[in-house]
Amino acid sequence: MTPYRRITRALPLSPAVVLLLLFLAGPIAYCVYIAFTDLQLTGQARASFVGFANFRHAFQDPEFRNAVWLTLVFTVLSSLVGQNTLGLALAALMKRASKPVRTLTGGVVITAWVLPEVVAGFLLYAFFRREGTLNAILDWLHLPRQNWLFTLPILAVSFANAWRGTAFSMLVYSAALDEIPSEITEAAEVDGAGGWRRMWHITLPMIRRSIGTNLMLNTLQTLSVFGLIWVMTRGGPGNRSQTLPLFMYEQAFQNSMIGYGTAVALLLLLVGSLFSVVYLRLLRTEV
Amino acid sequence: MPVRPTAALSALLTAALAATALTACGSGSGSSPNTLKVSYKQSTDNSVKVMDTYLAGIKKEFEKKYPGKKVEFVPIKAPDSEYYTKVQQMMRSPRTAPDLVYEDTFLINSDITSGYLKPLDPYLATWPDWKQFIDTAKASARGEDGKTYGVPDGTDTRGLWFDKRVFRKAGLPLDWQPKNWDDVLAAARTIKQKVPGVVPLNVYTGKPAGERATMQGMEMLLYGTGDGKSDPLYDSGSKKWIAGSQGFTDSLKFVESVYKEKLGPDVSDALDPNYATTVMGELLPQGKLGIDLDGSWLPQTWLPGSGRDWPDWSRQLGLAYMPTQHGQAPGKVSMSGGWTWAVPAKAGHPDLAFDFIRTMQTEANAKKWYIANSGISVRKDVAADPSYATAQPGIKFFTDLVSSTHYRPAYPAYPKVSTAIQEAMESVTTGDASADKAAGTYNSTLKDVTGGQVAQK
Repeated sequence: MTPYRRITRALPLSPAVVLLLLFLAGPIAYCVYIAFTDLQLTGQARASFVGFANFRHAFQDPEFRNAVWLTLVFTVLSSLVGQNTLGLALAALMKRASKPVRTLTGGVVITAWVLPEVVAGFLLYAFFRREGTLNAILDWLHLPRQNWLFTLPILAVSFANAWRGTAFSMLVYSAALDEIPSEITEAAEVDGAGGWRRMWHITLPMIRRSIGTNLMLNTLQTLSVFGLIWVMTRGGPGNRSQTLPLFMYEQAFQNSMIGYGTAVALLLLLVGSLFSVVYLRLLRTEV
Repeated sequence: MPVRPTAALSALLTAALAATALTACGSGSGSSPNTLKVSYKQSTDNSVKVMDTYLAGIKKEFEKKYPGKKVEFVPIKAPDSEYYTKVQQMMRSPRTAPDLVYEDTFLINSDITSGYLKPLDPYLATWPDWKQFIDTAKASARGEDGKTYGVPDGTDTRGLWFDKRVFRKAGLPLDWQPKNWDDVLAAARTIKQKVPGVVPLNVYTGKPAGERATMQGMEMLLYGTGDGKSDPLYDSGSKKWIAGSQGFTDSLKFVESVYKEKLGPDVSDALDPNYATTVMGELLPQGKLGIDLDGSWLPQTWLPGSGRDWPDWSRQLGLAYMPTQHGQAPGKVSMSGGWTWAVPAKAGHPDLAFDFIRTMQTEANAKKWYIANSGISVRKDVAADPSYATAQPGIKFFTDLVSSTHYRPAYPAYPKVSTAIQEAMESVTTGDASADKAAGTYNSTLKDVTGGQVAQK
């Protein structure tokens, strides 16, 4: 291809590239810059460059470490264990279920998914609160009630996120399971492999790529969950459900420390990339 | 290793997620030269329309007085702390800056330092009504440069509200006036014992309550410790914040007793960000709260036309001064704050904005406002007006407190100090830390947020 043709071919793409640079790369670059300043929302005439001070501050800040820990707990519980396992289980079960059951289950699960985050948050708040549905059920079963949002806040919000996000995994896995040629499964059956063995030796290896993609998307989405937790607990009580996005919001907008908040956001991005790298590594091993 | 498409995709996705989370910005609307944009805080309680009703009246008057001009309201319906954030974000850019904003004196100094606000001195110099404002109120909107950045529309004071219905059942006197903290706790214990199903004593606490916890809670206690003369939070001589005072630990111990002995609301209720709305809208009117450490503005919730009419409140509720820790001089404590109308530095129509302030602050309109929102007048002419003083029960009580009230050290670091106080309160409320431990954490946080401007007591 001549250089001239190459340019004329690229020309129609240029508006898109300019827009991407302007609205995606631009703000990101600006964020990275802000993370190295002491910019405040209020109380300061002019911001100045502070180097790595924000990052050093973060690592010394026990509240930051608490937020990192809670973010990991939240992600592992709600995304890795909750959404993924549940999504796969549902997809596998639905493959065998009758059509009405499949439609009904699918409908219910997907409704949870399409609900706006804030609405889902209020629903789960109503479910877990002291006078909520869960305690009403426990009363009916003569089991001890408790204020879930107060005693086990991180578990409650993790459950909420799993509840909301399972549909996505279910859809991904349903599609993946449909891709498995029935001859293979049948051949395994003829060879005498039971359900669990088929799952472990045939199904899982064959949908390996879908698992990787799904894990990655779920994890990244879960890492950035804000509205759900904000509505249910506001990161409280104390800081017992304050994940990194909430910590970032508190620093940036309530304590006015935009620079510090942005630095925390960059660190959150780092956590996300770490997860991604791990998944990509797992994906590479060939069977 | 060549970058796989999935890796590039994930990197892009992560970046996009972070970018959208961080840079969400509103689109600016083009403003016409004849439209005045006014931002104010709308109550989170849908039935409270005091501000909306009052401003609608002013808008009518203003548009009549200045033909061709239009007033557009930009109400912000949010809890206090989110209201401040929203307004500050709006004031940062000329595209989003309203022409007039409602500013809490809590943040005005901080916003002045940021250069968000416009000095009003040239306007005030030619405005005869400015002479009617009392000096302390004028000072509340003055920056460190000596210029004035806002017109205060009232102040507030704080005290103990108590329910006579509950007190009768508990066998407590109906002309109750505690002499010290122990008296307050003793009354709460009696209520707890004799009137089940009622919250004995409410003290706002924790981060969800925001500045309400700091001011109605902690500071109402803290300023009642010590000699009552020196500021227990900030030493204006050395310009340093005070750490490690006994008064601070004692105040935390009071909060700890309230929640540990279950004299206060259930901890999970107390840490509900909308608890104040429940207190004013439900608990007090329904007689489910014995004593409430709260502000002078409560009756605005119950005024006729407010949507939660409770004309009987003055017969059912009593008022008592908040006593000092051991009853030492001057015997009572109050904190004062208040709100001002300010013009953002990036406002498009500052002149028009000041005209709107003038319309709001004619003597008649000011009086209407004070009566409507149960405010404490900072204007001499209104304060002297018998129709203001007798407009509702309680006004005299709260106006009398102005003589022994304290103002917060509302310097730029104050909002962060306030958050640190809320965290300390919250950790003793939930039982996560003892008062001593929480005070220790506060000391180190204080050093952190004030850039080391700390004096040890």
